[in-house]
Amino acid sequence: MSVAADNILTVRGLCKNFGALAVTQQVDLDLARGARIGLIGPNGAGKTTLVNLLTGMLSNDAGTIVIDGHHIEKAKPETRVQHGLVRTHQINTLLMETSVRDNVAIAVAERQKYAWRMLRYGPQWRACLEEAQHYLEEMRIGHAGNRRVSELPYGEQRLLEIAIGLSLKPRILLLDEPGAGIPSTEAHIIHEALESLPPDIAILLIEHDMDLVFKFAKEIVVLVMGRVLTRDVPANIASNAEVRSVYLGRSVV
Amino acid sequence: MTSQPQVTDQQVFAPTAGVRSFSPAMLWHLLPWAIALVFFFVGDGYHSLGTNILVMILFALSLDLALGYAGIITLGHAAFFGAGAYAAGIFAIHFNADPVLGLLVATAVAGLLGLITGMLILHTRGETLLMLTLAIAAIFYEVANHARWLTGGDDGLSGIRVTPVFGLFRFDLWGKTAFLYALAVLFIWFVIAAFVVRSPFGRSLDGIRQNTKRMRAIGTPVWWRLVAMYALSAAMAGSAGALTAQSTRLVGLSTLELLTSGIVAVMLVLGGERRLYGAFIGATIYVIVQDTAGSISPFIWMFVIGFLLILIVLFFEGGLMGIIDSVVAKLKGKTAGQTGKPT
Amino acid sequence: MQVLTILLDGISYGMVLFIISVGLTVTMGLMRVVNLAHGAFAMIGGYIATVLVLQAGVPFLLSALLAAVAAGALGGLAELTVYRPLYRKGELPQVLLTIGLCFVVIAGLTLFVGPTPLPAIVPPSLDRMVDIGFRSYPAYRLFLIVVGALLAFIVWLIVECSLFGARLRAAVDDPQMARAVGMNVNRMFTVTFIGGCALAGFGGAIGAGVLPLEPFYALRYLVYFLIVVAVGGMGSFRGSLVAALAIGIVDTAGRYIVPQFGGFLLYVLVFGLLLWRPNGLLPPKSVA
Repeated sequence: MSVAADNILTVRGLCKNFGALAVTQQVDLDLARGARIGLIGPNGAGKTTLVNLLTGMLSNDAGTIVIDGHHIEKAKPETRVQHGLVRTHQINTLLMETSVRDNVAIAVAERQKYAWRMLRYGPQWRACLEEAQHYLEEMRIGHAGNRRVSELPYGEQRLLEIAIGLSLKPRILLLDEPGAGIPSTEAHIIHEALESLPPDIAILLIEHDMDLVFKFAKEIVVLVMGRVLTRDVPANIASNAEVRSVYLGRSVV
Repeated sequence: MTSQPQVTDQQVFAPTAGVRSFSPAMLWHLLPWAIALVFFFVGDGYHSLGTNILVMILFALSLDLALGYAGIITLGHAAFFGAGAYAAGIFAIHFNADPVLGLLVATAVAGLLGLITGMLILHTRGETLLMLTLAIAAIFYEVANHARWLTGGDDGLSGIRVTPVFGLFRFDLWGKTAFLYALAVLFIWFVIAAFVVRSPFGRSLDGIRQNTKRMRAIGTPVWWRLVAMYALSAAMAGSAGALTAQSTRLVGLSTLELLTSGIVAVMLVLGGERRLYGAFIGATIYVIVQDTAGSISPFIWMFVIGFLLILIVLFFEGGLMGIIDSVVAKLKGKTAGQTGKPT
Repeated sequence: MQVLTILLDGISYGMVLFIISVGLTVTMGLMRVVNLAHGAFAMIGGYIATVLVLQAGVPFLLSALLAAVAAGALGGLAELTVYRPLYRKGELPQVLLTIGLCFVVIAGLTLFVGPTPLPAIVPPSLDRMVDIGFRSYPAYRLFLIVVGALLAFIVWLIVECSLFGARLRAAVDDPQMARAVGMNVNRMFTVTFIGGCALAGFGGAIGAGVLPLEPFYALRYLVYFLIVVAVGGMGSFRGSLVAALAIGIVDTAGRYIVPQFGGFLLYVLVFGLLLWRPNGLLPPKSVA
């Protein structure tokens, strides 16, 4: 299914040690264009560590990360974003004092490298604001544009995280627990948002909410103790005895 | 960081309405300049005090860029103020007494020093960064203290000559030319500062201050941005130093000392950070209080200022501009914090 | 013999820095509060001791102890009123409030006692030279070294060998974890803060011969106290001792050997050191 030429992201042999502890061990990962992959695993499996390694917030000890033929395993986080690798965060990292729209507009400006241009900023900034509004609408929070982020309900803040990610026009989007802290009664909001994401983006979804993962992902990767246990379609994962035992009997359907 | 409840510059200056469209609120922006011009005509005998105020406003404004917007905690900004002052003084004594030329040289020297030191230290944060800024200022101080042949050591530089501005405006004995000269320089820098903070560049630095991780996640080259803002702020502080050298014809070690860095931070916080006009209010009040209370006893003003600082941090975390905003907002019946419409 | 003089002068000076700064390293390491007013407590101690000795004829050591108590008490008062709200705030408000506190103390003491530098209160018993074998050396400085070593030992005992010390170290390493296991970190901090301020007051009092008391004491020597903490590693007791002695020796050596560069050498070294090791020489485990 994943022919090498179709892969936008190729990870080989990724390793990370904290002292004597190997938190990521020989991880291989392929993401095709338009992929919808879920990453699950018990607590402490190293899911967020893996995301941090991919985005460059942590430096890897071994292995390669290739985006569309470019090696980025040694690149700074900023550079990886410019290659199209974008993540959202498990805990909101929003600019709380700034307005909702400005949060997105700043990301748009960054993407378009407007930040260094200080002349004629008026029309350029207006364009950023308009584009930002578009992403807010996509995430159904267009009405909140003027409000300060600190005033926004938590669920809408999570949607804003995703909107900011989208505004960077990613080729690969790493969603780190977008449903974190959302009560299951409102999880559908996140699910609808995820469904509306552009089909050509490769998406890696890390989640504990199994409902969300199973509805969204076409394939699921199971990470245990820093290693990839298995990768398969959701139906097979659900019936995989090894996976069930790893979750200690937790029901996955 | 606690969030400030009052309307920030970005909201007051919200460009959503468009830069070109006129609104009555814009008249308020003319007020400080109007006051300054009125003072020029009626403030006889006080022009040198007025120039000192203008110099301190510029200095505080420079700190607002680095500290207020970019969040670079520095207690060593006097390093650039003093560097500019000494550069202007040395240039005037040894090379050319033209004030505008001296100003440009001083600004460039300070900006370059800001660029170099910024590149060295801005990868650190928090207390380490604070210590490094202190160390740099201390090093500059010691260099100035010991390079007697250049800086006059603890005697300082004196007898700085200034030729007429543009060959036309002679510096008079009452300091009136100096006042207008300083006002013009302040105006130019103010326009630059206002421009910068509203630009995407300035906004990205505000973002870096609020949440560096977030800015990295959207691909911002954080270190470069900080260095650029720091260098700009240093250049501005250097201009202020040049103005003080040229208006008082003296430069002393006090331009480089820790107390000076502390005082300019006090001025900024007193007036309100991230308000640009906060620097105006804070510096004016501080200098006036120091001048009046200082003639009674220098330590009384220190007590008052210290006490005010404690009060401001505990209760009025937007400085005087923050208080003004709350009052204005209450008068208009709007809650503080709504964006979009200029007040 | 110049080397020995530099060493002894440097160590005695370093001891004073240690006694004063050890409280600060805890403040900044435990509660992560930038406390620029620490020098003010040393100044308070020095001023009170001086007034007691010169006006009331109280013996030197007793004055220093009383000054320590007073400084500690004022520290406790300050902590409960003014420092508590700071824990939640960012670095800038902390910097500004503590500078403000510094200003208030400087102004208050100077308005009360007067703007001239205070005479040093070295008692006659120490104001003489002692024969230490190959040369004679001021008794006062030997006294500082002995007292400093003694206090360092006592602090070490408390920190390494007592239950309180163990809990304190745990809280410095990971305040959130400490709270999570039920330690009353705030109360620990108040106690430690009071202790640190008392030590600072004591150091300011006995160290008046090395760090002369004058109106701007709290600001002038603040940089040195901060350097001790930054170089030693915030929250590290061992680090503060090592750093204080190192700074004492380096600064003294610099002034003896290359007097035309004064404190320049020290600042350049500190600058280089902090760039190389931003967390200090001996940071507590979790930070390294």
